[in-house]
Amino acid sequence: MKQVMDYIEMKIPAKPDYVGVIRLTLSGITSRMGYTYEEIEDIKIAVSEACTNAVQHAYGDEEGGEVTLGFGIYEDKLEIMVADSGVSFNFIKTRNELGPYTESSTVEQLSEGGLGLFLIETLMDEVRVLNHSGVTVFMAKYLSGERENNGTAATTHEAN
Amino acid sequence: MNLSIDVHQNNEEVSVMLAGEIDAFTAPNLREELLPLAEGENTTMIINLKDVSYLDSTGLGVFVGIFKKLKENGGELRLIELSDRLKRLFEITGLGNIMNISAN
Repeated sequence: MKQVMDYIEMKIPAKPDYVGVIRLTLSGITSRMGYTYEEIEDIKIAVSEACTNAVQHAYGDEEGGEVTLGFGIYEDKLEIMVADSGVSFNFIKTRNELGPYTESSTVEQLSEGGLGLFLIETLMDEVRVLNHSGVTVFMAKYLSGERENNGTAATTHEAN
Repeated sequence: MNLSIDVHQNNEEVSVMLAGEIDAFTAPNLREELLPLAEGENTTMIINLKDVSYLDSTGLGVFVGIFKKLKENGGELRLIELSDRLKRLFEITGLGNIMNISAN
């Protein structure tokens, strides 16, 4: 297992207003790491979905909660942790009820919510969920072979 | 990080031009603006997504809601000018097989 090179942590108020701020941060981190445009957009969606879940399910209309995000930057991957410290919702149960719509889905069967967790699992390489007093979602995305060169040559920080 | 919603209504046809990001912050307003317009009989709603730079499940949920409301009232929803990126999102969620989407 490669060592984490850098770690960034952020806290946002548990309000939908700030999910976009997380995407801006992710744009910066992921483009610096050399992800492709497609990968960056995938990560932005997955992390936004986790933040949206944390904001909407865990806090309801109560004011004052926070969502904590941790970004672990590795040589070959980015790990993201999204934790709410509020009331838990049943992530596993919710997840098992979800999936993509199929062609045989009738209009009545279409649900307006719930695609978020499906997208997280589809767009990321690893997803783990910890259900404790709140919910913590860990996810990871590996750098693909075809990196976009981001100006300065990629330097590795391995001790010699 | 905002969404502009531009609506033109002409009898049974509603044309909507969206620009910006559709996420948990902007989706409620989008739903509020468009859902009432989907309640008319036989309405065709055409939503142009050309300038939508970000879309996630909250936005997809709004489109599903509008789609269902239009269907209930004998109407139709068309999503047009989807970027490759947006098209992919509709495809992986299966919505692309159910809803009328096009790249132009």
